Amino acid sequence: MKAEYTITVYTENQVGLLNRIAIIFSRRKINIESLNVSPSEAEGIHRFTVVINETEDVVRKLCRQIEKQVEVLKAYFNTNEEIIWQEMALYKVSTDEVAEKLKVERLLREYGARAVVIRKDYTIFETTGHREETDRLVEVLAPYGLIEFVRSARVAIIKASKGFHEKLKEFEAVEPAEELIENEFLDKADQVFTM
Amino acid sequence: MNTVEKKLENKIDQQPSIPPPLGGAGGGELSGSQAVLEACIAEGVDTIFGYPGGAIMPIYDALYDYNDQLKHVLVRHEQGGIHAGQGYARSSGKVGVVFATSGPGATNLVTGLADAMIDSTALVCITGQVFAHLLGTDAFQETDVINITTPVTKWNCQVTDAAEIPHVLAKAFYIARTGRPGPVLIDITKNAQIQKFNYEGYIKCEHIRSYRPKPIIRKEYIEQAAALINQAKKPFVLFGQGIILGKAEKEFKTFIEKGGLPAAWTILGLSALPTDHPQNVGMLGMHGNYGPNVLTNECDVLIAIGMRFDDRVTGRLDKYAKQAKIIHLDIDPAEIDKNVKADVPVWGDCKETLPLLTQLIEAKQHKDWLEKFNAYTQQEIDIVIQEELHPKEGELTMGEVIHLLNELTNGDAIIVTDVGQHQMVACRYAKFNQSKSNITSGGLGTMGFALPAAIGAKFGALDRTVVAVIGDGGFQMTLQEMGTIMQTELNVKILILNNRFLGMVRQWQQLFNDKRYSFVDIQSPDYVQLAKAYGIEGQSVDDRALLKSAIKTMLDHEGSYLLEVMVGKENNVFPMVPQGCSVSEIRLK
Repeated sequence: MKAEYTITVYTENQVGLLNRIAIIFSRRKINIESLNVSPSEAEGIHRFTVVINETEDVVRKLCRQIEKQVEVLKAYFNTNEEIIWQEMALYKVSTDEVAEKLKVERLLREYGARAVVIRKDYTIFETTGHREETDRLVEVLAPYGLIEFVRSARVAIIKASKGFHEKLKEFEAVEPAEELIENEFLDKADQVFTM
Repeated sequence: MNTVEKKLENKIDQQPSIPPPLGGAGGGELSGSQAVLEACIAEGVDTIFGYPGGAIMPIYDALYDYNDQLKHVLVRHEQGGIHAGQGYARSSGKVGVVFATSGPGATNLVTGLADAMIDSTALVCITGQVFAHLLGTDAFQETDVINITTPVTKWNCQVTDAAEIPHVLAKAFYIARTGRPGPVLIDITKNAQIQKFNYEGYIKCEHIRSYRPKPIIRKEYIEQAAALINQAKKPFVLFGQGIILGKAEKEFKTFIEKGGLPAAWTILGLSALPTDHPQNVGMLGMHGNYGPNVLTNECDVLIAIGMRFDDRVTGRLDKYAKQAKIIHLDIDPAEIDKNVKADVPVWGDCKETLPLLTQLIEAKQHKDWLEKFNAYTQQEIDIVIQEELHPKEGELTMGEVIHLLNELTNGDAIIVTDVGQHQMVACRYAKFNQSKSNITSGGLGTMGFALPAAIGAKFGALDRTVVAVIGDGGFQMTLQEMGTIMQTELNVKILILNNRFLGMVRQWQQLFNDKRYSFVDIQSPDYVQLAKAYGIEGQSVDDRALLKSAIKTMLDHEGSYLLEVMVGKENNVFPMVPQGCSVSEIRLK
């Protein structure tokens, strides 16, 4: 069954790597719903956050293909239950319209919105949250003439992750530690191996 | 490696613009071009296949002074160059090196890169590029080589600063040859080739923190695999090129002999085990042997080694070996479960995993089970093979040509094949006594591969006889490389099996498209005359009585020789697993 998966990829900072990772999806005609590239907790290591709608089987195979890339250190995939995530959105509206017709204060409270810029001609609000939350504010503002709307890619933290500092040390070692090769088979050995 | 070195190494990985701080041999002021050639020498390269052009001229200028240390083979087309590099890599087990210029020179490499990628061939390709300040300006012969080649390279990298060259090339060779090998492309801008820098020697790359060439071997899986094999009544081994790439032929032979395991090969695995080994039960897949295909769906434990369950091997996946437990040995974790779900994945280099597995398996002989393969072989001989190899009358068959070639070479030649019917026939019937003897474009199916690959294969194994078996279609795709043979005075035997058709497509059109022969009727020039024009001796033969002596003449001839054999126009390759069918639905006619 298809579901929303968030793939977190730790990589070297290298020109061209974005393309190398992106074509793993496009080659299989898989649409990337959201893509974010940023620094990570480990110095010099970049972190890709990719959101796709696929089955677990496909996502697992994609992660193996991603990890196969020379400059990729590790790829994880998680369901929405396993992560904390946020998206940020900006909304530009006419100041006259909102000031007159909308109770701005209520808006700010109810949707956790913040006014980033207030000018005579326009105001820019910002919210951070899940897709439904940022979408709801779009609905509210639409009747008042939403001039511009933009939403960022998802950024996500894996609940169970201990971060990449320790892992990185293992990668740097010429002889890797045992734990380096995580192997889902091993954890489910009795399920896959029956005699 | 001590901790200081380790730190340095990591630092280098993070910042490729810093040259290696530890000086090796030969420091001093060097141009980027010289550094490229120094790297080749340090990596043990002896032969380079290439074609010059504007953007790679500085490297060729430097090459002028390195002529005594590096042999450069001038090909006639960059595609020929890269296929030659592939042939060289596969006959020698070393990294093939290819030079090409920017723009069209580089794009002409793409087919060979894709071929090397899918067939796991270790290549380092160096392309010239326009000056760094012209990048992105649509300059003359500028093309975005890095992005064009990203999907068909294991790794690629553009260099714009000469100081990066030693480090980047060290990485390139390391990545190309380790783990699951593959093609690497390094694009060097002209300014970096010209630029002088303080060369501090060449340090071979031995570790990249983001790259693990070999997964760690998990003993648990070896034990589980051994337990499965020990309990199996009908174990069946499938082996691929992983055995050859891992240089594990001996370990493999010991393994199957101890376990009494019948073993069948993919076309890239061919020659890893001598063809006449009693446990070698033949070829897998679409045009493979009868027994291995049918019995895939009867075995109880399937042991796949260094192979990737290509669709041409598996046929219809949902009817593939469903009754069997699958053990999959592979160095590439991405191959596990990709096509066929493994019950026991044995990740690792088979050179290391096979001996561990051999230790744990019981010495056995599966006589009755092996007998079953033999029984199917007998049926296949009666219905297909006898007629193909020993026809009494009628047109010549491809099979009898290969059969006579076996007789005359004793199975000691390197056979390079192109793509199509002749490829299937050659792979089915050729005899091999030693490894790295079968060179073919398996994954990509590149017509035009054989002639240039044979040239490369000969350079990679100068003491061996190299026979390129090619169809009349494929030969016309890269026949310009006869020019390379002429100029290098190389000894390559060219055996054209001419059926005056694009035979494999015609066979499909006959079987599945009601004989609607759509554009498969291909004319040939006079190949013998053509070869003569290139100074290559040759003859054409269509008479059974003369065939053997013609092949003997070809093999005995001192230099290169072209033999065209006119074979039956509408012969088909059987057995055949039609597309969309299960392997056990293989047709004998």
